Amino acid sequence: MDIEAVTEFTPLLSLVGGILIGLSAVMVMALFGRIAGIAGITNGVLGGLVPGGGVGDWPWRFAFIAGLLAAPLGWALVTGGFPAQTVPSDLPAMLLAGLLVGVGTGLGSGCTSGHGVCGLARLSPRSFAAVLTFMAAAFVTVLVLRHVI
Amino acid sequence: MRTFFGFLSGLVFGLGLIVSGMANPAKVLNFLDVFGTWDPSLAFVMGGASLTAFLGYRLAWRREAPALATAFDLPTSRAIDGALIGGAAIFGIGWGIGGFCPGPALTALPMLAPGTLVFVPAMLVGLTLGTRLKPHFPLAQGVPS
Repeated sequence: MDIEAVTEFTPLLSLVGGILIGLSAVMVMALFGRIAGIAGITNGVLGGLVPGGGVGDWPWRFAFIAGLLAAPLGWALVTGGFPAQTVPSDLPAMLLAGLLVGVGTGLGSGCTSGHGVCGLARLSPRSFAAVLTFMAAAFVTVLVLRHVI
Repeated sequence: MRTFFGFLSGLVFGLGLIVSGMANPAKVLNFLDVFGTWDPSLAFVMGGASLTAFLGYRLAWRREAPALATAFDLPTSRAIDGALIGGAAIFGIGWGIGGFCPGPALTALPMLAPGTLVFVPAMLVGLTLGTRLKPHFPLAQGVPS
């Protein structure tokens, strides 16, 4: 892969950010009674079939995604610049990655937030199985791409 | 009201992704690269997020119903089947290639990096395909647990 930029280990900031993500998940549960899975919420916005999801859930889901998109803009307004990021620049690889992430989370009914954060918090055996599987697949993929090929 | 709080929840989620560094795919890929430029930060994000949700969910569930909806609506499927495991494996491969999962990809979208601009539309197409595929997945009627 084209980026192997060293990133700084940020235990405190990552913990604080994680707590914010957890708080958002709690807000969605306490307010709307739903799982804050980004794949699921996006799917709801796209009009995809979300079992049990009513049409009435569309406005808050749309607003949630708008809030996600507003986050870096709000960040830039307050701090004067976007957060640092290094996105892989191999565009065909990113196209493939996007497709796989979409198909996989659609087929597997959840992503890092739905199965990861929310599923683990619910102690769902299904989510534990999903998290172990996607973590293992991701570790092996990076191992192969960075150290084998 | 629902729209306002929906927006606020998304904003908090997105800010959490930015503060934690997870909107940066390099940090995610480095977490996955144990034998290279390893950055364990993601473990702290997942730990902080799931522990907060674990405690907060139990407080939220003490009420009869959510504040802005008539009932809690939680996933009921308990089957650990081919669709779940196959889907998770496909997702993991894509995550390992791009360093993006759905939340960070959407949060990073306004920063307009070329890789993100290619990733997100492909992800949306894939998500629609994967969801449509699920009922037809050959191994979908696996062992209910």
